[in-house]
Amino acid sequence: MSTEDPVGRRDFLKTAAASAAAFASDSHGGPSHQDHDHEHQAVPSDLTLRVKALESLLVEKGLVDREALDRIVDAFETKIGPRNGARVVARAWIDPAYKKRLLADAGPTIAELGFTSHQGEEMVVLENGPKVRNLVVCTLCSCYPWPLLGLPPVWYKSAPYRSRAVIDPRGVLKEFGVEVADDVEIRVWDSTAEIRYLVLPERPSGSEHMTEEQLTALVTRDSMIGTANVTIAAQGDRA
Amino acid sequence: MNGVHDMGGMHGMGPIEHERNEPVFHAAWEGRVYALSRVLRGGDWNLDASRHGIELLPPAEYLRMTYYERWFARLLGQLVASGDVTRDEIEKGAPTAGAAKRTPVVPASTVVPATLFARAPSRRSVAMAAQFRAGQKVRARNIHPAGHTRLPRYVRGKTGVIAVDRGVFLFPDTNAHHLGEKAQHLYSVRFAARELWGDQASPRDSIYLDMWDDYLERP
Repeated sequence: MSTEDPVGRRDFLKTAAASAAAFASDSHGGPSHQDHDHEHQAVPSDLTLRVKALESLLVEKGLVDREALDRIVDAFETKIGPRNGARVVARAWIDPAYKKRLLADAGPTIAELGFTSHQGEEMVVLENGPKVRNLVVCTLCSCYPWPLLGLPPVWYKSAPYRSRAVIDPRGVLKEFGVEVADDVEIRVWDSTAEIRYLVLPERPSGSEHMTEEQLTALVTRDSMIGTANVTIAAQGDRA
Repeated sequence: MNGVHDMGGMHGMGPIEHERNEPVFHAAWEGRVYALSRVLRGGDWNLDASRHGIELLPPAEYLRMTYYERWFARLLGQLVASGDVTRDEIEKGAPTAGAAKRTPVVPASTVVPATLFARAPSRRSVAMAAQFRAGQKVRARNIHPAGHTRLPRYVRGKTGVIAVDRGVFLFPDTNAHHLGEKAQHLYSVRFAARELWGDQASPRDSIYLDMWDDYLERP
């Protein structure tokens, strides 16, 4: 625990603000950015160059091992994703004892499936039912159960979702194509601490004959955030 | 701080743009910024300080930037503030002549699933009396910390009920500023949607927040 005086912090504030301002003016000057109408399109091309230059500098200074960066990018692009969470959900659907443990103490129960336990962020699983549905948001930043779902989608991190999920969950769900009846209770979970939430969606009707593997393939990322239902037809849609 | 990052309940942010089959990174540089932030995070830059680094971006820039543009801006700020890199080096794209060669804090050999998932835990195993208990009515304090806080504006002054005592966790408001961990009990607190938003909200709905002792008082 550090108790040093906050001068270093003030320096950081100044530096961060200055860097951000410099960054902003550099990256937003040219006519090529006039079509910046979508949050993740029309990325200023000089960002590619600037990030490359920074990476090279850090490698040259010995601060960064380039191979370590490659491995991290690869892990998030190919290994860590919603399928991890889908396996937990499918197991909970077919194994009542597993589900009971999962809802009581998610961390060790998730680890039973062979996932590395994720110390630091503790998991809580929220069960949807006919009269209750759960919706997860982080209004302050982008907290998300990434060991189970991978990195969050852009919409989850963006202002429209973060601003409205808490004040108008029914409107948000409608925008996702989910109509919630008046007699159903909605619980919104704002991830303000190091507790991460995963929704256990309802098992779709018509899936009674399915194997665990088939069920896993049905479970979508959005259903585990709470913005979608799992349906038989959803198979193959990564969202 | 009452920053633009504290978005809960704001209007006018537009429709939610759901992208089908969204890639993990939309451009290669995003992945590099993410990975750089992972391997360079450490030292004094704990999780809370890092979050605050994003919150300190000028509001107009915060709203204009994409997610990983914010991360890149923060990264530059952290590198310069920590002294790992000078502004001059960033501009020139090369180390200052004679600068000592460092050793990477995170060598590739340590990037395995176990370390990818590891994050310094925020839970503290110290015995400490809880100020509140499950089922108790509480009010979120009407406070406006100028620094980092995880107490959103939309809940301040509102009354809720303790749902679960989650145990003892370090306190972000002090930890972000290196003013100590100030470990204390963290609770899941339930607020009726109507308490927060009035009659426009459904009488059935509720919002749960994770809140520390220092955010709460007896109503």
